[in-house]
Amino acid sequence: MVENNRWGNLFAHLVLILGVTIVVFPVYVAIIASTHPPGTFIRGVMPLLPGPNALENYRTVITEGRSRAGTPPIGGMLWNSFVMAMAITIGKLSISLLSAFAIVYFRFPFRIFFFWVIFLTLMLPVEVRIVPTFQVVADLGMLNSFAGLSIPLIASATATFLFRQFFMTVPEELMEAARVDGAGPMKFFKDILMPLSITNIAALFVIMFIYGWNQYLWPLLITTDPEYYTIVMGIQRMVTGGDSEPLWHLVMATVVLAALPPILVILFMQRLFVKGLTETEK
Amino acid sequence: MASITMDNLGKVYTGNVRAVSDVNIDIADGEMIVLVGPSGCGKSTLLRMVAGLETITEGTLKIGDRVVNQLEPADRDIAMVFQNYALYPHMTVFNNLAYGLKNRGFKKDEIDRRVREAAAMLEIGQFLDRKPRQLSGGQRQRVAMGRALVREPAAFLFDEPLSNLDAKLRVQMRVEIRQLQKRLATTSLYVTHDQLEALTMADRLVVLNGGRIEQIGTPMEVYLRPATTFVAGFIGSPAMNMLPAAYLSGLVAADAFAHIPVAADLVGLRPEDLSLAPAGEGEISLTGQLMLLEPAGAESHLHLTFEGIKDTIIARLPHVPDVQEGSHLTFSIRRDKLHPFDCNTGKRVA
Repeated sequence: MVENNRWGNLFAHLVLILGVTIVVFPVYVAIIASTHPPGTFIRGVMPLLPGPNALENYRTVITEGRSRAGTPPIGGMLWNSFVMAMAITIGKLSISLLSAFAIVYFRFPFRIFFFWVIFLTLMLPVEVRIVPTFQVVADLGMLNSFAGLSIPLIASATATFLFRQFFMTVPEELMEAARVDGAGPMKFFKDILMPLSITNIAALFVIMFIYGWNQYLWPLLITTDPEYYTIVMGIQRMVTGGDSEPLWHLVMATVVLAALPPILVILFMQRLFVKGLTETEK
Repeated sequence: MASITMDNLGKVYTGNVRAVSDVNIDIADGEMIVLVGPSGCGKSTLLRMVAGLETITEGTLKIGDRVVNQLEPADRDIAMVFQNYALYPHMTVFNNLAYGLKNRGFKKDEIDRRVREAAAMLEIGQFLDRKPRQLSGGQRQRVAMGRALVREPAAFLFDEPLSNLDAKLRVQMRVEIRQLQKRLATTSLYVTHDQLEALTMADRLVVLNGGRIEQIGTPMEVYLRPATTFVAGFIGSPAMNMLPAAYLSGLVAADAFAHIPVAADLVGLRPEDLSLAPAGEGEISLTGQLMLLEPAGAESHLHLTFEGIKDTIIARLPHVPDVQEGSHLTFSIRRDKLHPFDCNTGKRVA
């Protein structure tokens, strides 16, 4: 469709601008709010221009946190979130790559059965199985640890399924050529399958990283030690912790900082990410 | 360099589906054997059994003196060229060629030497840094060939390597592959469904039908003395005409058939053996009506109907005759050009 209708264009742009505004405005408010002194919010009128306290607010959340209210400085929480998100992402990717590889390229008994079992777990996200999973993690002594934070979230039917679909589009002759060329299964996986799926891996990396980063309920349940608080939990504790009014300016500064790493990951992976979503190179 | 011996090879898939049965072929060292047949005749399955990509369920396969039934493809010392080339899309041409050598632990300078040598031989030297998707179909074909060449294997296996190329390139590559094969004198097994490719390239060709060998022989043997009606119909274009023997014997004196055994009830006749010249000594004369004249430049195909025969008979003349469609033409046929078959068994009877 190549239509050059002036009013159509104008209308389309208006809709798009409206959409972008709706998405961007809250982010803007958060950034603005993080630059104002404590009292501004409580007065009930939201300023739309930056205030004078930006540096001070950010310095406070980064260096002090709200220690008296039980919230550590956010540096540690950011690190915890990062470790958890990376562990989940890398774990999910390696497990789903390997299981998809097994399901597509090997003939073993009950292959289809196992595929459906993996597929069925799509219906069991963490929230559904949270109580038994907590019990298991607690019994294994993994409360308040990175292992407890990440391992239960690693199994991923979605990624397995996506990789399976991708592997099935890779021509079988490539595998045969590799066999003739003297590559064993793992060599084929490493030398040919992985490089071919690199764009898919990048796309899933971004999605999984954000999934891991945004985990809230699970870390909230299994961590009681502030050492292992994640940033998303930290935000929540900042709002509810302590006896005073929530210190919105600090909360907003934390929110802005918490949103940064996923954005960085997306920017960093953007080229591959978009490629992975739109094109298949074969 | 090695011979390949297939001894009663057979392939039965699970579910008792039979793909190949009782295949006995001895391929001499340096020989080029072409497996030819219609799609589904088992020729690719047979090739893949030799390659080790399909398991062998019956018989034994020897490459050189080794029984290789249970060996992995990589351990059979063969190299294969695939129909869709199967180049590794993310590797440069150089790495595509080098991959098999790297996996076998060759030294870096040896790999480099062999790759450059093969690339020079195939004239793809200037593409070594490119990715396969930046190459044309013919160039990819050459890279696929190169991947087989660098290995210097005991045997080359070709699985319809030219069928993705356009007609002109196909003829050119056909010649090149054959020249290369002769120069290297590497035992080769070549699968094609194109009978022209089979005739022009083979030292010997093997005609397969329904998983069984119909005939093995040099191209001219197979062409001049097809062993079955299937081979007669498959090899040669346009296909051999089949006439009921009774029809011919009604037309001409009985002694004209003196050399054809009684058992023959079907007679094959190559289109080019019908001649417009007047019948001479020892020749049969037939008159038919011209339904369609197909001029093809240097030659022409005449579609004819003969009274009493329901199939159209095709004659091939080495020129385009000046005749009208619908007119009656008289052809002469040399008696020794008739191919007698038994229509029940489909076998040649003399």
